[in-house]
Amino acid sequence: MRVHLTLLIALIPLALYGQEQPLVFRGARLYPISQPPIERGVLVVQHGKIVAVGPEGEVTIPAQATVYDVTGKVIMPGLVDTHSHIGRVEGGDRSAPMHPAVRTLDAIDVRHSSVQRARAGGITTVNVMSGSGHLLSGQTVYLKLRKGNTIEDLLYCKDPLTEVCGGLKMANGTNPQGDPPFPGTRAKAAALVRQQFLKAVAYRRKIEQAKGDPEKMPERDLDMEALLEVLDGRRIVHFHTHRHDDILTVLRLKREFGFRVVLHHVSEAWKVADEIAAAGVPCSIIILDAPGGKLEAAEIRMENGAVLEKAGVDVAIHTDDLITDSRWFLRSAALAVRAGMSPEKALEALTLAGARMLDLADRIGSLESGKDADFIILSGDPFSIYTHVEQTWVEGQKVFDRADPEDRKYAVGGAGVFEDGDTFVHEAH
Amino acid sequence: MKIWSFLLTLGLLVSSARAQLAVRADTVYTMAGAPIENGVVLVRDGKIEQVGPAQTVRIPEGYRVLEAVVVTPGLIDAHSVVGLAGILNYDHDQDQLDTSDPIQPELRAIDAYNARERLVEWVRNFGVTTLHTGHGPGAVISGQTMLVKTRGETVEEALVDSVATVAATLGPMVERYFRSPGTRAKAVAMLRAELLKAQAYRRKLRASDPARRPEPDLGMETLVRVLDGEIPLMITAQQVPEIMAALRLQREFGFRLILDGAAEAYLVLDEIKQAGVPVILHPTMVRPRGETVNATLETAARLHEAGIPFAFQSGFESYVPKTRVVLFEAAMAVANGLPRTAALEALTIQAARILGIADRVGSLEPGKDADLVLFDGDPFEYTTHVCGVIIEGEPVHETCR
Repeated sequence: MRVHLTLLIALIPLALYGQEQPLVFRGARLYPISQPPIERGVLVVQHGKIVAVGPEGEVTIPAQATVYDVTGKVIMPGLVDTHSHIGRVEGGDRSAPMHPAVRTLDAIDVRHSSVQRARAGGITTVNVMSGSGHLLSGQTVYLKLRKGNTIEDLLYCKDPLTEVCGGLKMANGTNPQGDPPFPGTRAKAAALVRQQFLKAVAYRRKIEQAKGDPEKMPERDLDMEALLEVLDGRRIVHFHTHRHDDILTVLRLKREFGFRVVLHHVSEAWKVADEIAAAGVPCSIIILDAPGGKLEAAEIRMENGAVLEKAGVDVAIHTDDLITDSRWFLRSAALAVRAGMSPEKALEALTLAGARMLDLADRIGSLESGKDADFIILSGDPFSIYTHVEQTWVEGQKVFDRADPEDRKYAVGGAGVFEDGDTFVHEAH
Repeated sequence: MKIWSFLLTLGLLVSSARAQLAVRADTVYTMAGAPIENGVVLVRDGKIEQVGPAQTVRIPEGYRVLEAVVVTPGLIDAHSVVGLAGILNYDHDQDQLDTSDPIQPELRAIDAYNARERLVEWVRNFGVTTLHTGHGPGAVISGQTMLVKTRGETVEEALVDSVATVAATLGPMVERYFRSPGTRAKAVAMLRAELLKAQAYRRKLRASDPARRPEPDLGMETLVRVLDGEIPLMITAQQVPEIMAALRLQREFGFRLILDGAAEAYLVLDEIKQAGVPVILHPTMVRPRGETVNATLETAARLHEAGIPFAFQSGFESYVPKTRVVLFEAAMAVANGLPRTAALEALTIQAARILGIADRVGSLEPGKDADLVLFDGDPFEYTTHVCGVIIEGEPVHETCR
């Protein structure tokens, strides 16, 4: 009797979770990403996790499961957007070119229409960051697009005071340039960054020398603490960079300080793909309808994905919302395929590759048993213009359903649907 | 003998730039009747010579044969700033808007078009052969627009029509560039006053006593041509108040109106239809912000259902990317309810009609300019490539991209 009671109590949180009953999606073409596509597949999810994935006939359908027949549809993992400005995000102000202490999680509106717009595009995980008008505009945050009311509902981490909840946004090239204290040249920008990191190295030394003695510990310094996480490899640097020489500058800084870095945008990656590959650094690229808008992006190519893939670089694609709209994130990958990227790598670039670049590949990015039940149901081929995202699921909960008129309007727009004020400043890119 | 045959070959090579062409495709969208399966388009001296099914069209000897899955007429970007707004986006290459005065109808597009601008080649490689480009939105009257082909090294070589429209803008966008107008109503008042001035100018022009005729005035002369119905006034109006103001102005002054942008057109379809006004619709994928915050992906479909003539535009982009591609914008409309034939029409013959050049471009019919796009699949699919672009019989792009 007592055993039963314990069991009952243990089950309560799961019931509150709302998805005690297993859900089964059968008949769809599955793109697990971690393995080749499955023509008529079965996906089983329960308690927010994927329980089983496989061809029909090889997967046991649990008793009492709710079964959805999704024959003719396509299911793939929820999309991972490694670079976005949804939620009216803000970072550091104009008082300084570097703000390691600034957390974007303190300034994101998760109820803003742009967040639902991202769900309508099939995005389930997003790296929200501030703009590139600074050498270092602040800490990025990794969000799971659960239906939630507060930023806490969407965080990956449990406690921002003790855990690393995102990366660090940095930038070089022309965007962070300006009047002092902002750098006026590229060399000055690199010098400012190096000086800042040298300070962090010294701070770390003081901590090491204290050997745990609170008397000898340096004063707490929020900027230094964030940079320490970077130096220790626990916080990944997301580095906005376009021109080929700026890309090489990032690689030089990485060599000097040993931090982990993802190159973002990388317009001229096609010129230095071998150097990027040799450095073992992943790239999160943007696909644009045309080059230009500024000198640094004048030589961007749709072929970047294909060139980097060939060079052996790990490639993710991002929206940079609202530079490109979260609603057509799949389109970016399709255009990369148009320009020569393999369909397999292009799908991976929307999912598992991005998960790796956010240190989240153990939880998301592929349809594998044990991973979070984040997936999207498409009406057809992921690379077809005629395909729509029909449903977006996060941890076993449906967060977007095109068949629901209230949700559908976020996919197509209309009067009063979107709130203005989506972040779209010149520094955003 | 050998030398003669060599010279003959050489001669063929030299003339191949304007060689006679035969383009064969699984589907030829002529835009003048139903698509032709397994069709052939013959091109002679830069013009369409003949179009028909392969069984009935004999390809004459010496014609260079090109193959494609789908052939369409050259695409028309019905409103762009490409060639005036350069790729770098620095002051020195941005000539689509002069902010010294909110009303400048005298500014000619031909005086600011850079035919060698890289974005001209960029849109051409995605099938755009005709550009309606010129002064952009942002001023009450920003200047004139023109029609060019996406070829030639000078504006003269590219030119189709040096004055296509006079470009006006209503709404908050103007307030970003000028201290006055600072409100919607003020902009309309300024436009009315200017058109009244032009009416007075026209009256004086017709004075029997030459001494009473006015001094030459470039701006007034341009607006007189608008009042006379010779040049349309293209008014960029995104939201309902602006759209209605544009229709009101048209009723008051009787000019030929082209509604541009029209993000909220779906809210006033009856009014637009009743006014008999064509629409050059905002890019389908326009960002939902500012005056286009209420834009929908389905507006093209709504205009089509309402029977309102419309075309697609790349519009004006202030940042990255520096232009859009009308092929992609039309594709997104097709994915959101617009029938594919209607989309192809809007990209070709319908755009040509709205811009007054349907006698030259917009369909594959004998006697028209030989502007063609060759695709290796469904033109609207992301993964289909444009494998050939022909302008006035000259292949200007022959690799798949």
